[in-house]
Amino acid sequence: MRYQFDFGALLPYWSDFLDGALTTLTMTAFAVVFGLVIGILCAIGRRSASPLLQRLCGFYVELIRNTPYIIQIFFIFFGLSSIGLRLPIFAAAVLTLVVNVGAYTAEIVRAGMDTIHPGQIEAAQALGLSQPQIYWDVILRPALERVYPALTGQFVLMMLASSITSQISAEELTAVANNVQSFSFRAFETYIVVAVLYLALAVLLKLAFYGFGQLIFPRRRRLGTPL
Amino acid sequence: MAAAVSLRDVHKRFGEVEVLKGVSFEVAPGEVVAIIGRSGSGKSTALRCVNRLETIQSGEIELCGRRVDDPALDLRALRRDVGMVFQSYNLFPHLTVAENITLAPRRVRRTPPAEARRIAEEVLARVGLSDKIDAYPEQLSGGQQQRVAIARSLAMEPKVMLFDEVTSALDPHLTGEVLKVMETLAKGGMTMLVVTHEMAFARRVADRVIFMHTGKVWETGPGSMLADPQTPELKEFLANGL
Amino acid sequence: MGGFTLTHFLYLLQATGWTVVLTLLAFVLGCLAGFLVMLARTAQARWVRGLSGLYVDVVQGTPLLIVLFLIYFGLALFGFELPAIVAAALSLMIYCSAFLGEIWRGCVQSVPRTQTEASECLGLSRWQTLRDVVLPQAMRIATPPTVGFLVQVLKNTSLASVVGFVELTRASQVINNSLFQPFLVFGIAGLLYFALCYPLSRLSRALERKLNGGRRQPA
Repeated sequence: MRYQFDFGALLPYWSDFLDGALTTLTMTAFAVVFGLVIGILCAIGRRSASPLLQRLCGFYVELIRNTPYIIQIFFIFFGLSSIGLRLPIFAAAVLTLVVNVGAYTAEIVRAGMDTIHPGQIEAAQALGLSQPQIYWDVILRPALERVYPALTGQFVLMMLASSITSQISAEELTAVANNVQSFSFRAFETYIVVAVLYLALAVLLKLAFYGFGQLIFPRRRRLGTPL
Repeated sequence: MAAAVSLRDVHKRFGEVEVLKGVSFEVAPGEVVAIIGRSGSGKSTALRCVNRLETIQSGEIELCGRRVDDPALDLRALRRDVGMVFQSYNLFPHLTVAENITLAPRRVRRTPPAEARRIAEEVLARVGLSDKIDAYPEQLSGGQQQRVAIARSLAMEPKVMLFDEVTSALDPHLTGEVLKVMETLAKGGMTMLVVTHEMAFARRVADRVIFMHTGKVWETGPGSMLADPQTPELKEFLANGL
Repeated sequence: MGGFTLTHFLYLLQATGWTVVLTLLAFVLGCLAGFLVMLARTAQARWVRGLSGLYVDVVQGTPLLIVLFLIYFGLALFGFELPAIVAAALSLMIYCSAFLGEIWRGCVQSVPRTQTEASECLGLSRWQTLRDVVLPQAMRIATPPTVGFLVQVLKNTSLASVVGFVELTRASQVINNSLFQPFLVFGIAGLLYFALCYPLSRLSRALERKLNGGRRQPA
């Protein structure tokens, strides 16, 4: 039995696809910002002098990295609503993304901070800079520049993982695909179109991150070499 | 006149090993003192104790009239008065030369950016690198990076400068430019404590030379002492060309 | 622990068994496919490298869930009635092939060029060079990230629940739908996944440390 491809049947749904893509992008944007903050705080926590803080942050990172994202989503979303905390679905989806990407970000940022030579820190101390100043100017700034490719790669992966939030009815691109294919009976075409859209989003995101990196890291822009 | 730097019977251990076994010496304001000795003699450790990059177990260290070993000391305030230049330069690779130099004045002294840049231009002129002000460290040679490191310390207008084997990591043909800058600083009246392997420099530029051996001050005297060593250990050290 | 009995836990354990089965199935298939991808990515012919590069980019740029839907719902339209486990295994195989192919390509290419040159000077063919000189060394380098990737595969089997395959995630959903204790049920499921993944993660890190610590740099 030969199958007749009919991509035309999907045309009426173009605005739904667009809405879904925009939702995916918006989720990603929120999650990147908050996830980065959590990740940096956690990386600092893992390097702190307090053993309690070290263990707490380490526990969080290992727990997230060794459990599936879909379980994390169910745990957070259904768990919270079982104790009466009914978050709007978009917020819940972003929350799960933040919790998830925060752990991966923490590992990447920590690895970056470990590459900072202790001599740098001594030189900064000898100049009389305070601990917070040293942390920002001598440790975090070069560390972030160094791990920027790994970090943005992780964010692109996170954007792709956001497709799993369709399972709690977040109205992102995969959820749209599921709806459209059930209305149009064109499952194959729908998922092909959505795959292409995700690819386009991934390319778009990579370009945006590249451009942003050139903007905030003048050294990278001027010299073009890795730090 | 009160000494700029003074160490009295300083003892320091790393774990089980005692590295400084009762070190005492003084550096007067405007004086240039060179510390020489083999690796393991404790010379770098003694230097690093002066601005408390290392802590001591017993003894007293005074810097510009304040006790460095006092736990209640405002260390950052003290470190503003002491500049240190390291063997591995330790320039911040993600910042330009100008940004390296202006970082501390802007953060610690809250100098406004325009004024800080002017200071950077001035100290760079003193080390002869005015044209490199907006370059990145990786674009400079070792000798140039070390001179920028010196300029970076000078920007904070220190009263005392510590030099920890600053030419040891350089290719031989690059040490000259760095030593020349240090000589100019010395002639300008800077109080300097210099740990070095450069005997010719120590002899010519230092007011006094301290020879350290097995964690103690073994022999001390003017630069001419290097031509006429008294102790057998110093004789052997000089003979081995180390 | 109201309502969550030993029976429930045993149900979860049984489902965990299926998780392990799917993981191994997908991983073995993925390794075979990944090896082919690696060969293609390091081929002499530029068009082969380019085409396989495109394949890797496409697979790495598509959510696994979409690949799963494409295979499960999509192939059904062509008349293929796929059991959920087969669709899941196929999707994971494709996913593995792209990622493992890239990981292994990196490992092969990190074997110093001088090794290949020396081998060819001795008269070995390209295939012999690969088999006897490059691959053995590449495999040592590749072991830590491959073990690390196994953890990814294990976690991704959880998506098979979406097409109805009863592995650990699906089983926990089933139980939660009757008990309505999500923190407890998904918490236990999470801990079971953790018990499987964490030792593998630790192993991967230990292997990497051993590799970097014990390596003697050739003269």
